[in-house]
Amino acid sequence: MMSTYYAGLLADVGILLLGALSVYIILATGQLSLGNAGFMGIGAYLTSYLTVTTGIPLTLALVIAAAASGATGVVVGFPALRLKGIYLAMATLGFGEMVRSFFLNFDAMGGAGGFHGMRHVSVAYIWTWAAAILLLVALLERSQVWLEMRAVRDDETAAGLVGLNTTTIKVGSFGFAAAVAAIAGGLFAHHHVYIEPGNFSFERSIDFVLAVILGGSTVGAGALVGALLLVMLPEYLRFLAEWRFAIFGALLIAMLLVRRQGILDRSLFGVFRFRRSA
Amino acid sequence: MSGNREQPRLELSDVTIRFGGICALNDISLEVLPKQVVGIIGPNGAGKTTTFNVITGAYRPSQGEVRLDGKAVTAKPSHLIARAGISRTFQNIRLFGEMTVWEHLLVAQPHNEFPLRRLLPTRWANPQALRRAQEVLEFLKLEDVKDRAARSLPYGLQRRVEMARAVTARPKLLLLDEPVAGMNHDEADEIRHLMLKLRDSGLSILLIEHDMTFVMHLCDYLYVLDFGVMIAHGRPDEIRTNPTVLDAYLGHAT
Repeated sequence: MMSTYYAGLLADVGILLLGALSVYIILATGQLSLGNAGFMGIGAYLTSYLTVTTGIPLTLALVIAAAASGATGVVVGFPALRLKGIYLAMATLGFGEMVRSFFLNFDAMGGAGGFHGMRHVSVAYIWTWAAAILLLVALLERSQVWLEMRAVRDDETAAGLVGLNTTTIKVGSFGFAAAVAAIAGGLFAHHHVYIEPGNFSFERSIDFVLAVILGGSTVGAGALVGALLLVMLPEYLRFLAEWRFAIFGALLIAMLLVRRQGILDRSLFGVFRFRRSA
Repeated sequence: MSGNREQPRLELSDVTIRFGGICALNDISLEVLPKQVVGIIGPNGAGKTTTFNVITGAYRPSQGEVRLDGKAVTAKPSHLIARAGISRTFQNIRLFGEMTVWEHLLVAQPHNEFPLRRLLPTRWANPQALRRAQEVLEFLKLEDVKDRAARSLPYGLQRRVEMARAVTARPKLLLLDEPVAGMNHDEADEIRHLMLKLRDSGLSILLIEHDMTFVMHLCDYLYVLDFGVMIAHGRPDEIRTNPTVLDAYLGHAT
């Protein structure tokens, strides 16, 4: 039997993995989102409302929340089309803060006081979702659509001229990512059994981005490595007491200098992959 | 087929485009017939690439129309123009980042199939994409560099990859912007043979090129632009002796 301490960490890794994947999916099309905690918040509040007040099973609530958040993602994706780089990052940041302050003022769901009454879920349940979505992303990475997303990132004009609908691809990736982030939120809410708007702040969005950058932003498995490191490393550095976050920051900078693409990258994966026959 | 005149594959009629006060293209009309190789020549700044950009929908002409097989495609979104059957290459090669040659061919597949297939791993779910990519790979003799990052290849090969990407979707019309720029004679000759083979397979080609020997040997018909104005058009032997053209263009070039 796993100790509660490790079980808690493992649950955090699974939830962070999903959040990081949501950033990774948008990043694959060349867009940086700093507002994915907003989608996570939507998922957390919606699933909690559904399981607590209507009593439907969590799995169904997660599916509903993913669909609702996905639709929100599509809506956010459209204005995002007109923005690039740092401007897009700022706009998504604004979206995240908007969602947070909405729940802060939304008294029906507890407002600043938070919301509780959810039933606790097991680590196994969290990891079933996390593994399933990681697998889904890994399959998608081998599809034509993923190549199309990379093409849009690399050269939008050229991508359009080989027949790719760049709008659908970019907006679609926002929608899919928002759905994944909402599942992370729903799982978070039912793991901690208490949520408050502060759980879905800017720092959460940054954690997602950090996990992707740290683990490797060109392969989905990078999000897994990044999430593991981001949760476990501060734990292993605990002997440094108050200094551990400073050391953690220094390690992060060092890694960016030595290996900018993150720990995993595509060529590293190529070593293990079978050569395609014909 | 209506009448005894063949329906042109591509038709530009009275296309004018102004940027601010400058008239980049002034009343340009041209046509490309099926299985024809047509060249646009002219000095730098004559409006050749602008013409391409109008055809691919990047610029909306101030007046005039672009028709593919008789249907207007003027200023449509570029992916719809591509799906209608127009592909192009660029003067300054535009390949996709770190994608391999093979990935370039998979991403440029024709867009006529069930989209769900595109969401599944290509290797299991989409045999016809693999077949098409392999076909193009062999046709353009790129098998040896299949798994190389396209951008790491020598210049001549990069041009071939760009051409391969453009023909993968089985276009009706191929626009080539300086396809042999910076190539040596042997490489240019190879491209010429490939283009003739493409033409024989049913493709129409419209190209911009500065290499006069190349153009004269390859094209069935030529249009000459100068400062956004069409100053002449005709068969290569007519153009070669046209005094206006010699004066405006070949005069300085040879």
